[in-house]
Order: sequence, then structure tokens, then C-alpha cells
Amino acid sequence: MPRFWREKQGRYNLVGNRCTNCGTYYFPKRDICPKCHRKSVGKMEPFRFKGTGKVVSWTIVHDPHPDYKDMRPYIMAIIELDEGPKLTAQIVDCALDEIHTGMRVRDTFRKLTEDGKDGVIFYGYKFRPVKE
Amino acid sequence: MRDVYVIGVGITRFGELWERSFRDIGIEAGIKAINDSGIAGDDIDALYIGNMSAGAFINQEHIGALIVDYVGFASSSHIPAVRVEAAGASGAIAFKEAYLSIASGMHDIAVVGGAEKMTDIGDEMANAIQGMVIDQEWETVFGATYASLQAMMARAHMEKYGTTREQLGMVSVINHRHGALNPDAQFQREIKLQTVLNSGYVAEPLRVFDMAPLSDGAASLVLASGDVAKKYTDNPVKVKGIGQASDTISLHDRREICTMDATVHAAKRAYERAGAKPADIDVAEVYDSSTIAEIIAIEDLGFFDKGQGGKAVEDERIALTGEIPVNTSGGLKARGHPVGATGVAQIVEIVKQLRGEADKRQVKDARLGLAHAVGGSGATAVVSILEGSQ
Amino acid sequence: MKAGIVSYGAYVPRYRIKPEEIGKVWGEDGAARGKGLGISSKSIPSPDEDVITIAVEAARSALLRAGIDAQDIGAIYTGSESHPYAVKPTSSVVAEAILAAPDMTAADYEFACKAGTAALQNVFGLVETGWIKYGMAIGADTSQGAPGDPLEYSASAGGAAFIAGKEKIIAKINGMYSYTTDTPDFWRREGQAYPSHGGRFTGEPAYFKHVLTAARHLMELDGTEAKDYDYVVLHQPNGKFPRRAAKKLGFTDEQLNPGLLTPRIGNTYSGAVPLGLSAVFDIAKPGDRILVTSFGSGAGSDAFDISITDEMERFNRSAGPIVEDMIADAIYVDYATYVKYRKKIRRKGDAI
Repeated sequence: MPRFWREKQGRYNLVGNRCTNCGTYYFPKRDICPKCHRKSVGKMEPFRFKGTGKVVSWTIVHDPHPDYKDMRPYIMAIIELDEGPKLTAQIVDCALDEIHTGMRVRDTFRKLTEDGKDGVIFYGYKFRPVKE
Repeated sequence: MRDVYVIGVGITRFGELWERSFRDIGIEAGIKAINDSGIAGDDIDALYIGNMSAGAFINQEHIGALIVDYVGFASSSHIPAVRVEAAGASGAIAFKEAYLSIASGMHDIAVVGGAEKMTDIGDEMANAIQGMVIDQEWETVFGATYASLQAMMARAHMEKYGTTREQLGMVSVINHRHGALNPDAQFQREIKLQTVLNSGYVAEPLRVFDMAPLSDGAASLVLASGDVAKKYTDNPVKVKGIGQASDTISLHDRREICTMDATVHAAKRAYERAGAKPADIDVAEVYDSSTIAEIIAIEDLGFFDKGQGGKAVEDERIALTGEIPVNTSGGLKARGHPVGATGVAQIVEIVKQLRGEADKRQVKDARLGLAHAVGGSGATAVVSILEGSQ
Repeated sequence: MKAGIVSYGAYVPRYRIKPEEIGKVWGEDGAARGKGLGISSKSIPSPDEDVITIAVEAARSALLRAGIDAQDIGAIYTGSESHPYAVKPTSSVVAEAILAAPDMTAADYEFACKAGTAALQNVFGLVETGWIKYGMAIGADTSQGAPGDPLEYSASAGGAAFIAGKEKIIAKINGMYSYTTDTPDFWRREGQAYPSHGGRFTGEPAYFKHVLTAARHLMELDGTEAKDYDYVVLHQPNGKFPRRAAKKLGFTDEQLNPGLLTPRIGNTYSGAVPLGLSAVFDIAKPGDRILVTSFGSGAGSDAFDISITDEMERFNRSAGPIVEDMIADAIYVDYATYVKYRKKIRRKGDAI
């Protein structure tokens, strides 16, 4: 559970960071910029992403991790945020025949999983299509 | 650095080995390799074991200690034992570490093992454990599975290069054709393309028959320095060059999701060290954890241009009778994929080919062979090039 | 009172089920049941939604529309009868999820369907005294009806959030009045999955007594009559009660309809009056006057007399979704899917 609690700002609010040395954005946050190495130490600044982006690739999962069976079949996608970084997330509120590469999406707050019926519930981002 | 040779190989049958424990299969492969080499147990200087997840699969860590004990050297010669973990590349890196220990002059004879026992837990849990080789915090937790990442690589490859669903299926068909000729393979039955295309979805567009199975199994090698090798065999196989490279752990952080830069860099390093080019390779074992992984591998290893892998498979240029036979063992798909064993099993097949001992699946005049292993969705890659003495 | 409503945000989940689907399984004429209740469909949360996710979506919408700094929110209270945890508040998750934490207070409310309006009264008080600059009150529910019980036709999911403050208010509070008694018309004991109710007892001695008394008393205090208002928003456990109550109070259907959502999305319990008021805010103009009366079983009613200010012209409503759009964005499911989503199926490992 502390593993989840530690990441809540990333998972709830898409807070990553930016290397002020070269200007590159990162999500999730990194302690060191892979481009600037030592020059980035102490120069990484928190940054909250807008939550909008587009689908780079996608799949429909039929054989999930046991904790995710209730939503099967569900769409997983690699999403490129408008600011640059990419992440992996479920796409919800989207018909299985609607999903396509290039689709515009925005983030929404949902339950990811829970630590059993008497355990903590873990929340985080999923994405939904944006009606253009 | 000294030259290093493979002087012994051993492998168990791969499959759902209900009657065999992890210890049983580890020892069986080790004993076979040691017997094949002709060395005495006392001559072994070190043991290197590749294993991905014994902790999760059988609740056992400290695998190096376990195996060195059960092959009989813990309380007699007290040799050092090292367990290496890099997901699917575990066995390949164990091989590389053993190679380095001899090349550096520290040891003269080292035994390499790779073993995994994946069927002691329910199938459902296997998905959860495979979720540990990709990014747990930013992929698995959000609902991604190993297969779903392979599926996204497939879709990107299909959309960018026009690779077809049928071409993916042919990878599986050709690997099964080879597996049918391999008495140690998990699946020894040929399959039709329609079987692949009709099998249930795992993560679209990938189906059950696109994915390597869950398996139990072990493989082993005996490596030795040049002087030692000469004493035991007149058919030693020389390790010409090994390259290893890393890339981001998450698929979404890669430069390009349908190319494995780790494979490209590992291959470059291996070719350089071996003084070889892709066209020089006569036979290759590549990491087909899924059908798309094989197509991407044959491109990234330089056998075919980027984007042309699908066509090469369709034209059967990678079949036993093709210009670059790939996965004559049956690959991960048909030979089986006990994860920690795979990297070592691939070397076993290459050595057999280069010695002329590959029986019904022998590639004629195989002189230079390549083995390619990957960890996770492409975060680690190892390419090993070996040369036969014939 | 200087404190008023600065912003609002609403959330209605997409899934719906029709009464016919429910009736089929229990051997009843579902369509007739629905007609009797004045409900043609009800909203259902997706398996990955709960009161916390609904509260967060509504809160984020309210915050975006307000354009204020989340750090200036000094209190968040969420009222519900289906909080995901019995112990561990919904409001603290909302606080982190809208970046309002940590210099603030939070707690959860329960008073059946009026928990949201009770929370609203509280933030008005904290803002009025100057202790906080802005406060947020949320009413949200994913209420459960026992399988085969009449409540299965109406218990639904949704919620809305309000931000209270003194600056740039879009709605000022002309008056408030509450009426509270110990009346056990509907209840749920700790540890029970489904609520119980007193059947017809929930009508006259409960809903009507409290709603009519509170509304009448407030109008008396403010010296108004039904015709002085443009809209009336009443608690709406079904489509019939609020219409009858409105009539008794002298209101017309035109005044009632914009804030009456239950016929299409069911009874969202603590979300009902907040959503009804949000639907009215979606169309209200400066000068419009609204009478709001909630009802919570157990029992009590909170009444508010609200006037829309000129600030509503400048309000950034388009920064969040409007209620009608969310109601229209519907996906219909069958009873089996409904029961799976509402977790009424016994799973492996559950006690018998």
C-alpha cells in the first residue's frame, strides 16, 4: 500500500516534472534527466500535465491480470500527452469499434484496483475520448 | 581476453512437467551438459544460473545456492554460484557472465544453467508474474499485460509497414514446423495458419497461437578456455562475440515502439566483436515471445530491412530451407519458454547446429550461428555469435 | 448572508437500465412499475466508478469553471450513503485529487439523501465567518436497491459539487431553513448491504411532512409565494412525489421540470438535489429565483431560497459538462450486466 500512496500525485493529477536544463518534460517524474545526466541534478521542476493527448497505439485486452477481470475486454493504449511524454492507460467510455490510432483523449479519475475486499482502493488515471 | 568455447550441452524436455520439480529439471540439464563435455565435476570452477522468478513461481530465492547444492558442489568443492535475472534475457546474461569469467582468466571451466518452473501456480497468476517484467508501477498497475504491450507493438508495426495478420500467423506455423522435428520441444505438432487465425484473442490483434506458452524446463552449457577445450573435444564451438544493451523499461518511453533499439545495439556490439555481418549468419535463434517479436527481431538483427520482416516470413526466407533459418528448435513458441531457461536453450540449439548434431533440423554447412534474447518488452537484449569448428 | 455559490460541477455516469429489464427478472410488469414511479431509466456506475470517482469528477468540473486556486479551498465535505469506505473519508481523496490538500479541513457527511445539502450549509457557515475563503460541498451516491425490492427501480448513481465563497458569487442565498425530526422511514444498519424502508410510511409522515413544512416555513420567513420563483428543485425519490409536493406548494410543472431528473436517471440520493440544482444552474439567468428543498430519510429537509446574480453572465460554464449532455450520453445494459456492475454477484472467496 505505501507503494501506491507514494505515487498519488502522479496517478491522481498527472504531476511529472521537467528538466530546466534542457526543457524536456517527463512523466512519471524522474530524478535525473537521461539527456543532461549530472547537469540536471537539482534542476528537475514539478510539472502538472493538462491531461489531453492522442492515441499512439492500442489493443483490446481479453486475458487480463487477475485483478482486472471485471472490466474485460478493455482497451489499453499508449497515449502521447500534448506536452510530449507518453504513458500507458486504459481507455474508457469508448466503444470497442470506435478506438483508433490518432484519437484525441483526455484523462478521467477512476478506480484502478483494490487490495482485496477489505483493503485499500487504488485510484488513478484512465482516459476517455474527447468529442471534437 | 582469452577465447572461450562451449564444450558441453544439456537440455530437458520442455512442457508442463508435473512430475518434475525445479531441482529435478535443473540437475537433469546440468548432468547432461557435464556428461556431454566429458569433464570431471571437480574441474568446474563456477556456476552461473539464469532464472527469472523462482521467488514468485515457487517461493524460492537464492537460486544459485540451491542449484550448486543439488548438483553436488556446494559441500564438496564449494564453488561460487551466481544467479542472474533479466526477465527473458536471464539465461543469455548468465552465459555472458560465465564467458567473461573465463575470458578474463579468473576461471577455466564454468557451467551455465537456465531453469524455470512456471506451472506450480495457477495460470491466472502467471499473468500477474509476467506483469513484473514490464513496468509494474506505470504499465501493469494501469491494466497492461505483457501480451497487451506485444499487441500494441504489432498494431504499430502493421499500421506503419503494412505487416499483415497472416504474416504474423506464419511465424507460428513455421516455428511449429521446426518444433515437430525437435524431440525436446514442448509442441511437436505442425499447425495450419487457420488454427492461428481462429484461436481466441489474448490482446487484439494477438491470439493464443501468437504467444509463447507457459513452460517448465532447463538447459545447460559447459564453457571452457581454449587449453581446456582442446583436452576434451575436437569439435569445440567458439564464442565469437556477445553484445548486450538496455532500453527504457516502459514500452511507451521507447524511441519507436515497433523497433527494439536494445536489439539493434546489442547486435551491433556482437557483430563488431565477432568481426561479422548479418549476412554471415547461417542459423539464428531469435526471441519470439510473440509472433510480432520475431518479425521485429529479424529486422533489428539486420537480416531484413526495417518493415520487411513480415514479407520475409511470408516468403519463408526464415524456414529451414530458407536463406536464414530462424528458430530451428521451434523457437519460444513451439520449443517452449521456461523463461530463465530460454536464453541458454537458444545457445544449446546453436551449438548443436554448429556441431552438425541437429539431426532432422540440421542446417547444411552451418558455420556461424546467432542467439538473441530479450528481457521484458525490449528493455534488455543480448546477442551472442558462435562459430563451429567444422 | 454574504456567502453564496461561486461555482458548481456535476457528474452522471453513462450506463442506464430500463424498468422493463428489471421487471422481466422478478416476474413483474417492469414497464408498469416504471410508469407508477414516474421513472423510465436509471443511471448505473461503471465497475471502475464509485462515490469517490464521481465526487472527484464533479469537484474538478466545479473547480475548472470557478477558475480559482485550489489551494484557497479551506474545506471539503462529501455527503453520501454509499461512501466506498465505512472508515476513511471520501473528502480527503477528493482534496488530493483536486490539489486542494493539505492546508484545509475535510470530513464526510451522512443523512440519507440530504447529506449533500447539509454539507453545503456547513461550508456557507465556514465561509461566512471568514474562517475559510472557499469551501466545497459535494453530494454523491451509488445507491443500492435490494434485488427484487421496489427500490431497485429507482436507486441510481450521480453527484454534484458546489463551491461556496464570498467573491464573484453566481447565486446568493436569500434565506435558509431546516426541519429535522427522528422519523425512521428508510434506514440501513451498519454491515448490511441493502437498506430497509417503511413502505408507504415513507410518504406522508416522512417525505411530504418534511419537504412541505420546510418549504412553506422558508417562504413564510422570506415573505414569498410560489409565483415569486422561476424554478423549484425538490428531492425526487421518484417522478411522482416531487410533482405532488410542488403542486401542494403552488408551483407549476414549468417551474419544476428543469430540476426534475429522476424520471430519466433515477434517484441519485445525496446527488439528487445537487444534480437537480445543477441542471437549473445550467440554464438559469441573472435575476432568476430558485426554491430548493432537499429531504433525507431519518428525517429532515434543508430549504434554500436562491437568486442568480449578474456574475452568472461571466461564469465559465463551458469549462465543465452540462447535466443534459451527460444524461443524453447513455448506454443501456441488461439486468445481468447491471448486477455485475453493482457487485451483487457472489464471487469466489465471498462468505455465503
